[in-house]
Amino acid sequence: MTKTSEILARVWVGLLILAPILVLLIPALQRANRPDERVIEIHGKIPEEGGFIPSDLTIPAGERVTFRLISDDVMHGFAIGQGDIPATDMEPGKFSQVSVTFDRPGKYTYYCTRWCGPNHWRMRGTIEVTSSSPSVTQEQTPLYISLGLNIDTPHPSLVIPEQMPSAFQASQLGLIPDSSYLLRDYYRQHSPAQTWQSLRNEPAFVDLSDAQVWDLVALVWYSNTTPESLQEGKRLYSENCAACHGETGAGDGVMAYAEPEQLAGASATQLTKPVDFTDASQMLGASPALLQGKILRGGMGTGMPYWGPIFTEKQIWDIVAFLWTFQFQP
Amino acid sequence: MSRFDLTRIPFVKALLRNRLPQFLFTSLALGGLIFIIASGLLGTPVGSHNFAIVFTWILWWAVLMLVAVPFVGRGWCSICPVPSLGEWLQHGAVLGRRAVENSSGFKHIFNPNKRWPVKLRNIWLQNGLFILVALFSAIVLTIPLVTAVVLIAMFLVAIIISLVYERRVFCRYICPVGGFIGLYSRLAPLELRVKDTALCSSHQQKTCYTGNQAGYGCPWLVYPGSLAVNTNCGLCLECLRTCPYDNIAINLRSFGSDLNLAGKARLDDTYKAFIMLGSAIAYAAIFLGPWGTLKLAAYQIGTLPWFIYALTFMFFMLVGLPGLFVLSVKVGQLFSGVTIPIQRGFTTFAQSLIPLGLTAWIAFSLSFIFTNFSYIWITFSDPLGWGWDLFGTAQTTWQPYLVNVLPFLEASILLLGLFWSVRTLWKLAEKHISSEKVVRFLIPLAVFCLGTSFSLLWLLVA
Repeated sequence: MTKTSEILARVWVGLLILAPILVLLIPALQRANRPDERVIEIHGKIPEEGGFIPSDLTIPAGERVTFRLISDDVMHGFAIGQGDIPATDMEPGKFSQVSVTFDRPGKYTYYCTRWCGPNHWRMRGTIEVTSSSPSVTQEQTPLYISLGLNIDTPHPSLVIPEQMPSAFQASQLGLIPDSSYLLRDYYRQHSPAQTWQSLRNEPAFVDLSDAQVWDLVALVWYSNTTPESLQEGKRLYSENCAACHGETGAGDGVMAYAEPEQLAGASATQLTKPVDFTDASQMLGASPALLQGKILRGGMGTGMPYWGPIFTEKQIWDIVAFLWTFQFQP
Repeated sequence: MSRFDLTRIPFVKALLRNRLPQFLFTSLALGGLIFIIASGLLGTPVGSHNFAIVFTWILWWAVLMLVAVPFVGRGWCSICPVPSLGEWLQHGAVLGRRAVENSSGFKHIFNPNKRWPVKLRNIWLQNGLFILVALFSAIVLTIPLVTAVVLIAMFLVAIIISLVYERRVFCRYICPVGGFIGLYSRLAPLELRVKDTALCSSHQQKTCYTGNQAGYGCPWLVYPGSLAVNTNCGLCLECLRTCPYDNIAINLRSFGSDLNLAGKARLDDTYKAFIMLGSAIAYAAIFLGPWGTLKLAAYQIGTLPWFIYALTFMFFMLVGLPGLFVLSVKVGQLFSGVTIPIQRGFTTFAQSLIPLGLTAWIAFSLSFIFTNFSYIWITFSDPLGWGWDLFGTAQTTWQPYLVNVLPFLEASILLLGLFWSVRTLWKLAEKHISSEKVVRFLIPLAVFCLGTSFSLLWLLVA
C-alpha cells in the first residue's frame, strides 16, 4: 500500500458518505424554504385512526399549494368545502395531486368524499388562509337565525295529504295561487302545512278538495326550484346524505345501522335514527329555512354532521329543494 | 466430491488478493446504505414510494435471498457496508494494511481490542436479535423511518463494537442477518478452505490468524486451517492475502456440501434452523395469508393483540416447531428401536431443515419481490416520493411480475427443498445411525419435513 492510495481511498469514502447526504439534504432544505411552490403531503386514515394527517393547515392567501394525497388504509376522497375544485380520490399506496390557490383569506374545511367507515363524516381538516391585509368578507346571517327559528323543536304537521301531492295535477286545475305565495321569501319561510292552511282558507279555493289544495302546495314548491337545481341537489344528496338518510330518503342508509359503539364519541342515547324524509307528518311541518338550518348547523349530538363549512349556500338550497321531492311529485 | 479451486486461475487470484475491488464494492455499498438511511429519514412515510423500503426490502433482499446466499453463501458479508466504517476505524486504515508496529495512536486510544466474552461466543444473541427484529417486522418492513432507525442502530452498534472489541465480533456474534446467512452459506456451491491442512499445522506463525504485512489476521476469529463448514467464514479473503504458502483455495463445489458431516451440530445453530423455518411459515401467514386479524395484530405494536401475536410467534419458533421435531425423533426411536441421545438426535437431524428453510425463504421472498418489483422503477426516479422524475420512470404503474409463473416456481422450489431435506436426512442417518431399521427411524422426521413444506405450499401457492 502506498500512502497516496490510502489517502485517495479515504477521500473516496468521505465522498461516498457525504454525497448521498448532500444529494438529499439540499433538495430537502430547498423544499422547506420554497414558499412560492408549497407541496403539502396529506395522508388519509379512517377517522378512528386519525383521519387526515395533518388536519390543521395554515397557508398564506394567493399562494399556489399542491396537495399530494395518499391513503394509508382504505379509499378516501379529498375536497375543499365551498370550493369548485372537484373531489380527488385518495387511494391506498398511490399519490394523487391537486393544486389550489386560495385567493380569499378565511377558514376552509377539507373533508373526505368517500364512505370510508362509520365515522366517515368526522374526517375533516381545516385550512387557515392568512393574509397581511385584514379580511373584508362579511359572514352572512343564516335565514333560520334571522327568522328566530328554533330548529331543534319538533315540527309536526297537523294536516297530511292522503296521497302524494302533484304540481302537474295542480296545473290542470286552471287555478293559480296568488303571486305572493309564489315568492321565494314566502316559500323559504313557510312550511307546506302552513301554506296548505292559508290556501285552504282562501275563498278562491273553497270548491277545491283537500287533495287539490295539496296539489297547489306542490305547485308552489316546484315553482321555487329548477330542474338543474334538483339535479344538483340529488347529486349532493347521494354523495353526502344517502349513506344515513337512504337513497329513497327513508332514513335507512347503510350507516344508519352502524352499531353505536362503532361511532367515535357517541353513545346509544345520543344517537337518534336519521330523519325519514318520506314521513309526511314530520316533513310537511318544516319550512325550507328550517331544513337549511339543520344542514348548515348539523344535528347537535344526533350524529348529523354540520355542513356549513362544506356546502355553498346555493348547494344547500339545492339539497333542500331535492328533499321536497320525497313529498311532492312534479 | 470434486472441487474446482478458482485461485488456480491467475487473473481471479490476483483480483481476489487485491484489496481494491472488494474495497470499491464495500464503499459503494456504504454510499448506498447512507442514501437509504437518508431517504428513510427525509423521504415520504409511504413505504412503497420510499427508496429506503423499496431498495432494502425488495431489491437488496432479492439479491441476498435469490442470488447471494444460495450461490455465494456469505458473499454479501464480504462487501457488507454495515461493519465497514467500524473496521476501518479499528484498523486505522481504509484500503491498506497498517502494520501493527506502525499502527497509529488512534488505534491504541480507541480500540482496546477486547476479547468477546466466552459466554457470548455462540449465535444465541444473533438468534435473539433476529427474533426481536422479526417481531417488529410489520413496521420495519413498511415504515421508512423505522427501517432507517434499525439501519442506524446496526451501523452504530457495529462501529462501537469494532472500537471496543477485537476484529469483526459484530459480524460473528451480533449481526442478526449474519446469523442466518451463515447457516444457509453451508448450502452454497462456494467455499474457502485450505488446500493442505498438514502445511497449516507445521506453520508456526499462523499468519492467517495473526496477520502479517499483507493482511489482517482472520477478522471472523476463525483459524482457516481447521475450517470445515462455511458458517463462520465471512469470505473477507484476508487469509488469501496473509498465507505465505498460497495454501488457501476458493473452491467451487456441489450444493450443500457442508450438510452431511459426521461432526456434532451445535444447539444454537440448530435453533437458528428452527427460527428461520418457523419465521418463514409465520411471515407467509402474516403477509400473504388471508387473516386480517393476524395482520392487524402484527401491526398494532404494544397492544394486547400484538403481545399475544408476539408470544405465539416466539412459542411457535422456539417451542412448537422444535418440540414437534423432538417428538418426531422420539416416535422414530419407538418405531425403529434406534438408540440415540435425544439432544444429539435433535441437533444432528435438524440439519436436514437447512435446505427446507432456505427454499422456504426463497419461495416466500419470490412472492413479494416479484409482486412489488415495479416499485423499484418508481423509487429509482423518485427516491423520496416527492414527485421527482429523475430517469423518467416515476410514473410507472404498479404491476406484479411473473403472476402466472410464480406459483409454479414457488411450488417447484419448495418441493426441491423437501426432496433435498429428505435426502439430507438419509445421508445424516447413514453417518449417525448404524441400525438396519433406519428407514423406520426416518419416517416421522420425513413426515415433519413434508408437513412444513405443505403448510408453506398451502400458504404461498393455494
